[in-house]
Amino acid sequence: MITLNKEIIVIKKEQDVVFFRNRVNEYAEKIKMGLLNKTKLLTAASELVRNMLIYAKEGKVICEIVTISALQTGIRLTFIDNGPGIADIDKAMTDGYTTGKSLGLGLPGAKRLVNIFDLKSVKGKGTTVSITKWKNG
Amino acid sequence: MEKIPILKMGGYLLVTIQVDLYDRLALNLESDLVNMINKHSSKGVLIDISAVNIVDSFMGRILGNIAQMSKILDAHTVVVGMQPAVAITLIELGLPLSGVHTALNVEKGMVLLQEKLLGDDTVITDDTDDNT
Ligand SMILES: Nc1ncnc2c1ncn2[C@@H]1O[C@H](COP(=O)(O)OP(=O)(O)OP(=O)(O)O)[C@@H](O)[C@H]1O
Ligand SMILES: [Mg+2]
Repeated sequence: MITLNKEIIVIKKEQDVVFFRNRVNEYAEKIKMGLLNKTKLLTAASELVRNMLIYAKEGKVICEIVTISALQTGIRLTFIDNGPGIADIDKAMTDGYTTGKSLGLGLPGAKRLVNIFDLKSVKGKGTTVSITKWKNG
Repeated sequence: MEKIPILKMGGYLLVTIQVDLYDRLALNLESDLVNMINKHSSKGVLIDISAVNIVDSFMGRILGNIAQMSKILDAHTVVVGMQPAVAITLIELGLPLSGVHTALNVEKGMVLLQEKLLGDDTVITDDTDDNT
């Protein structure tokens, strides 16, 4: 995968989320991503950035325009935090599993909405989630 | 502090969400609406989300909460104008918005609300032509 464009956005408070979502929206428009794909990407991003704020208090997102061929361009977002980490990743990826009082939809739902989903977490060290959404498909 | 305006129209409350929603703003809308329904004994709430580009699990849950709480306060809630891409995304996310009434636009939403109110009346009192 080749990166065409890269930017790092720091997330510390809720207002940063609005800025971040707008930025992702701009990237999606830049590569002319279709409306449905863009909506799915933005929604997945919204779930992951909220997790970062709630469970790790803060973090950063690397936003990239990536390409694998002349025909396939997409957006990759990598959410990096130094929070408490996730003890049981399989559980966390299950619909309905939450350590809060929530619905436990964020992680499994975000995975369904994107093309590539990669979660790495070390307990006590932090969590990194990377998602990629292709412009087409 | 930013606020989403709530318009009172007779027995109804009308909310048009025009700004980018973040969690605090959505939570404030929820509590403001509950207060307004209570204060004015409103019978119906219409929430226009046609300008909203993302409804994630948090926002979806708030819409569900509003619908549920308005029911407890004897009011109906109809969410109107959800963009098709948003509706598809919500289903894939795993949040089907059960319990929330939806309509295509404000006019259709109003019709739906009025039907619901008439329905209420026939259940409680059977022959009244004054339903305001
Ligand atoms: N960045 C993170 N750092 C630490 N723990 C996390 C992180 N993201 C998710 N988790 C853990 O994984 C669980 C599942 O996350 P998920 O987003 O699926 O559900 P939720 O946040 O609990 O509920 P919802 O997203 O539906 O509101 C969380 O309850 C939390 O324990
Ligand atoms: Mg979550």
